[in-house]
Amino acid sequence: MDAQLETRDKATDRHDEDDAVSLKAQKAALPLYATRIKVYPRAVTGRWRTIKWTVLVLLLGLYYAVPWLRWDRGPGAPSQAILIDLDGRRGWFFDVVLWPQEVYFVTGALILAAFGLFFATSLFGRVWCGFTCPQTVWTDLFMLVERLIEGDRNERMRLDRAPMSPSKAVAKGLKHASWLVIAAVTGGAWVFYFVDAPSALVRIFNGTASYEIYFCIGLLTATTYTLAGWAREQVCTYMCPWPRFQSAMLDEQSLIVTYQKWRGEPRGKHKAGQSWEGRGDCVDCNLCVAVCPTGIDIRDGQQIECIGCSLCVDACNQTMSKVGRPAGLIRWDTLASQQAKEAGHNSGTTGMPWRPIRPRTLLYALLLAVAAIAMLVAFVLRTDTDLTVQRDRSPNYVRLSNGDIRNAYTVKILNKQQSAQQFELALDGLPAARLGFVGADGGFTVHPDTVGTFRVFVTVPADAAPSGSKPVQFSVRDGRGRVRASHEAVFVGPNR
Amino acid sequence: MPTKIEKDTLSGRDTTGHEWDGVKELNTPLPTWWVYTFYATIVFAIVYCVLYPAWPWATGHTRGLLGYTARSELTQQLAEQAKSRSVFVDRIRKASLADIRKDPELLSFAMAGGRSAFQNNCVPCHGAGGAGNIGFPNLADDDWMWGGSLDQIYKTIEHGIRNSDEASRQSMMPKFGVDGLLTGQQIGAVTDYVLSLSGKAKATPEGAAIFKDQCAACHQADGKGNQELGAPNLTDGIWLYGGSRDQIYQSIFFAHNGSMPAWTGRLDEATLKMLAIYVHSLGGGR
Repeated sequence: MDAQLETRDKATDRHDEDDAVSLKAQKAALPLYATRIKVYPRAVTGRWRTIKWTVLVLLLGLYYAVPWLRWDRGPGAPSQAILIDLDGRRGWFFDVVLWPQEVYFVTGALILAAFGLFFATSLFGRVWCGFTCPQTVWTDLFMLVERLIEGDRNERMRLDRAPMSPSKAVAKGLKHASWLVIAAVTGGAWVFYFVDAPSALVRIFNGTASYEIYFCIGLLTATTYTLAGWAREQVCTYMCPWPRFQSAMLDEQSLIVTYQKWRGEPRGKHKAGQSWEGRGDCVDCNLCVAVCPTGIDIRDGQQIECIGCSLCVDACNQTMSKVGRPAGLIRWDTLASQQAKEAGHNSGTTGMPWRPIRPRTLLYALLLAVAAIAMLVAFVLRTDTDLTVQRDRSPNYVRLSNGDIRNAYTVKILNKQQSAQQFELALDGLPAARLGFVGADGGFTVHPDTVGTFRVFVTVPADAAPSGSKPVQFSVRDGRGRVRASHEAVFVGPNR
Repeated sequence: MPTKIEKDTLSGRDTTGHEWDGVKELNTPLPTWWVYTFYATIVFAIVYCVLYPAWPWATGHTRGLLGYTARSELTQQLAEQAKSRSVFVDRIRKASLADIRKDPELLSFAMAGGRSAFQNNCVPCHGAGGAGNIGFPNLADDDWMWGGSLDQIYKTIEHGIRNSDEASRQSMMPKFGVDGLLTGQQIGAVTDYVLSLSGKAKATPEGAAIFKDQCAACHQADGKGNQELGAPNLTDGIWLYGGSRDQIYQSIFFAHNGSMPAWTGRLDEATLKMLAIYVHSLGGGR
């Protein structure tokens, strides 16, 4: 390592002495925005590519199929397993129905996802970026289409250099049309999470869907097409904040895709039959650069552009097996292990084992567990009945003709169940009180999945009325006499 | 005019061709996307000026080809709203008050409509929530001068009390003191008798006799009043003009005879019905 540093320093020195003026000129001319150099990733096969295809099929399949899952909830309720009904203000997740006031479950899920991401990153580096991020998955899909239509890396580069011709126009037109179709299907699938999928599909095609639906499909078509077709690695490098702060989750014990410089250098072309003595295993075939979807050279070391997709691992292993050297010149490893190997390369020892259990991963696992337990407890304690009571403040109280004092309350009973419920209302804290209510005569019957609103009058004889306000508690009981919900309120009498 | 456009050796860019005391400036054109966005806004502005009202004159402004005005848009939106409501409004107009109360859908529409109409028209006198005030009846209690059934409330709202409407509720309490029908001492005696009806004072035989002669015709012999005549119940704890001895004395001396406007003609039939439903629900409806 020292030797290398020395070489690099020497190189810089010489550069500085010889070309000081031109370097300054270069710096002055350095634009604020670096024009994108188009990346033409080459196709590759191998273990990691297979894993990536599998993940892609699973995730895209999940994304497109989930809105079509049906779930029988009886008449009057949607039959879509997962439906976020913005109009009806309900989130339907199989047998769980979330009301808007329970949006904290969504917050909790996002917190869980964040801690899960931190945890995975501290263990496996940019595994999210390289395998599961929608930007990566859709870009992979778009590149596949591009490759099927325009050919592999070299053919695409030739096609781009060639002047416009009918065959080029056909290829380009076909590619963009296919991209747009995929993008539109992506946008369409997104909409299906918010409306009933089968009926919405029909309405989208016969032109009777709402303006909002067409707008969402249009917007997501445009973003998918732009981000996966045109922007690609620029999203990861310039737009996405996650790569910038995920380095805080990584340490020298996190697994990352790395080039084993100690084994590969000094690199150079190698002819069959030549000796491997005194040189590194890297034959400078440049395949790792050609397959890289972000267009970097992994041999330059850790770079912010690297999304850890591991395609260079596959490419290098291909070459290594061809030239008859051991696989894994580019591999998943920890920085600590690499340093040990590099030191040991000279003294003869091997690398060090990966340490998945360390304070950082324990902390993330703990946070993950705490958040998960908190969510679970909140979910188990979640009630399907809720009660709110609002007292009329104008008039504050009413004196009846016989002198009794009466307060009026608006009582709302939330029935989150999928069947109508019959409730009894009780009042504690005011023994002399009589309850009466206006409205239907069937008692406190609340329809499925609705809020029942009732006006309740509490009347107290003049001599039993409190002076000023007195705390009371309303509660609702179900048919079996169990208290399902309660709410604090006050009863106000004239000041004496 | 730029005279000497030359290439800058360091940056490789052209100069503007101007020179001020040896100082030259690099030509740094605006980004293309910016320039075209700017042109697009100019085109948009021209199109907008042609289509929409844009330029003021001394006496008005250009109208625009689309004939758009904010006022007509509002009128149209109000008409659309009225149209979307009309289904319910028609049903309410046709249904009887009792039927509206039985239909949960109509009831909830009527409660919302009645509440809104109440706040716009009734709150100045009767107070928010119908709480009332001295001289303006509390609509949330169980005491009614002209009756608390749905139909009675509807009639009171429709035609009002003591106004020029032909069907208005009419009655007149004599001004016993002002017109000299009773002396101050007699009024005092009858005041005590009235208070005694709710157990707040001791009655004298004189007061009882005066009450029987002068008051019982309307307020009934037992003082419980008569809703046909709008004569309040004098035996309960509710006093429209106050229940202290002084206040009752003044009520007999001056006779307040409050009035309420007729709302038919000001509000449509459906709104009157919704108001009746709402007032009935405030707490005292019978």
